[in-house]
Amino acid sequence: MANESAIFVRGLKKTYTSKANGPKDAVAGIDLDVSRGEIFAILGPNGAGKTTTVEILEGYRDRDGGEVKVLGQDPAKLGTDNWSWRNRIGIVLQSTNDSQDLSVAETVHHFANYYSNPRDPEAVIHEVGLTDKAKARIQTLSGGQRRRLDVALGIIGNPEILFLDEPTTGFDPEARRAFWDLIRKLRDEGTTILLTTHYLDEAEALADRVAVIVDGKILEVSTPESLGGRNTAKARIAWLENGVKQEIESDFPAAEVVKLSARFGGEVPELTVIRPSLEDIYLKMIGQV
Amino acid sequence: MKPNIIKVGFLRGGLEIRQFMRQRESVVFTLLFPVMLLFIFGSVFKGDLAPGVTFSQYFVAGMIASGLVNTGFQQLAIMIPIERDFGTLKRLRGTPVSPISYFIGKAVLVFVAMVVQVGALMGFGAALFGLDLPNTTERWLRFAWLILLGSICSTILGIAFSAIPKNGRGASAVVSPIVIILQFFSGVFFVFSTLPQWMQQFAALFPLKWLTQGMRSVFLPESFATQEVAKSWEIPQIAIVLLTWTVVGTILALRTFKWSDK
Repeated sequence: MANESAIFVRGLKKTYTSKANGPKDAVAGIDLDVSRGEIFAILGPNGAGKTTTVEILEGYRDRDGGEVKVLGQDPAKLGTDNWSWRNRIGIVLQSTNDSQDLSVAETVHHFANYYSNPRDPEAVIHEVGLTDKAKARIQTLSGGQRRRLDVALGIIGNPEILFLDEPTTGFDPEARRAFWDLIRKLRDEGTTILLTTHYLDEAEALADRVAVIVDGKILEVSTPESLGGRNTAKARIAWLENGVKQEIESDFPAAEVVKLSARFGGEVPELTVIRPSLEDIYLKMIGQV
Repeated sequence: MKPNIIKVGFLRGGLEIRQFMRQRESVVFTLLFPVMLLFIFGSVFKGDLAPGVTFSQYFVAGMIASGLVNTGFQQLAIMIPIERDFGTLKRLRGTPVSPISYFIGKAVLVFVAMVVQVGALMGFGAALFGLDLPNTTERWLRFAWLILLGSICSTILGIAFSAIPKNGRGASAVVSPIVIILQFFSGVFFVFSTLPQWMQQFAALFPLKWLTQGMRSVFLPESFATQEVAKSWEIPQIAIVLLTWTVVGTILALRTFKWSDK
C-alpha cells in the first residue's frame, strides 16, 4: 500500500513563533494520501497553511511533527539520496523573478542538463505555448508567459510528481484552458500532480480530489462534485412571476419545475435551476470555521 | 544516468557569463573601474618608487590583486543574497543540481571576468603608462596560477560570506567596508613596507596581502624583492595561505550556504 501512494502524510505539524503573537500552528495535524497518477488540489484561504504544507512536501521546510513520505522518501531526511529524489519531482513555485537576462530557450535547455531523463526542451517550450517567445529575454515576458516558463522548468525533468503552487495566476482565459489541457495530458501520462489554487473553477476542472485546509487543519477531502455534500444539496429554482423574481430551494427540483410548468401552462419565464457551485460550497465551508 | 557535477558546473559557468555580459552595469563596473582607477592614480603619481619602478607599475600589481577580491569575494557576497531574494536559489534548490555545480559556475564566472579585466588593465597600462609586462616564462606561469588560485579562493570566500547579509539590499553595506579596509591594509594603494607594523601583521592574516605580494613578484623587478618586509617574495607562503583559505572557505561554504532565507 505505502508503495502505491505518491504522497503520504500523517499528523503533520508546523509551528511558527512570532515576537508579537507567540507560537502559532501554521499546520496543525494534517493527514493526506495522494495516489499515483492523481490530480489532487489543496484549497484554502490565504494563511490557511497551504504553502507551508506544500513546501514541507517539497523539502524546502522542516516540520515540527508527523510523518511524511513523498515517493516513499522523507523529504526532511534525504541525505545523499537528495539527487535521486529531486530528479523525480518537479516544482512550480509561487511567483519567481530570476534569470531575467536569459532567453526562454536558453533557460529551458540549461535546466534539462540537471536531470537524468529530461524531456525534449523544444517540445516542452511548445507544450507551454512559448514557441514564439523562445528567443525572447525573460524580462520581456508578460506575467502569464513567465508563469508558463515556470511550468516548463517544472516539467523539464520528466517528474513523477509535479507540485504546482497557484500556477495560473495572471493567465488570460485562453491560456488557462491551454494550461489545463497540458496538466490533464501530464496526468494521463502518469504524472501525479499536487495543485494549490485560489481558483475554484480550476480545482473543479482539473482535480480528481480536493482537500480544503483552514487554520492548518483539513476540513474535508472529497471529489469536487461531492465536496461539502454538494451532490445532495438543495437546488435553487428561480423564475419571474408578475414582474417579480421568485426563488425556492428544493431537494426535488424536477418535481418543482413540473408543478411550475403546470401553473404557467407551459414555459416558465426566466426559469433557472442551479446546484450550488463549488465556490458556494467552499465559501460556506471556510465561513463556518 | 546522473549528470556529472563538474560538467553541470561548467555549463552553469557559461550561463553565468552570459547573464553577466548582458548586465551593462556589472560589465562596466567590473571591467572598466580598475582601468579608471589606474588612469586616475597613474596621472596623479608620476614618480618612481625605486630605480625603474614607476608608481603605475607598483599600482597595477595591487589593482590586479584587489580585482580578484572585488570580482570574486565582493561581487558574490553581494550577488548571492540578491539571487536569494529573487528566488533564483530557491528554484535551483528544487532541482537535482548540486551546490558544488553552483559553486563551480561562480568560479568560472569570476575567472573569466578576471582574465578580461587583467587583459584590459595590462593593455591600457602598457599603452598609456609604459607598464612593463612580465618578462619571463616563469613569471607568466606564476601570474597564471595566481589568477586561477586567487579566483577560486576569492569565489569560495564570497560564497561563504554570502550567508551573512540578511538580504540583497543590505549586502553591499556589509561587504564593501571590509574590502576597502583590506585594500588599504594590504598595500594596494600604498607601498606595503611603509605601513605600520600592526597593519602589516593584521593584513597578513588575509589573502589580499599575499595576492598583492604575488602580483608584485610578477610585475616588479627581482631587485625589488629586497624591499619587501620579508626581504623576499615568499612565493611558497603565498601558495600556502591561498590554499588554506580556499580549503577553509570551501568547508564554511558547504556548511553555511543558504539556498533561501528561511
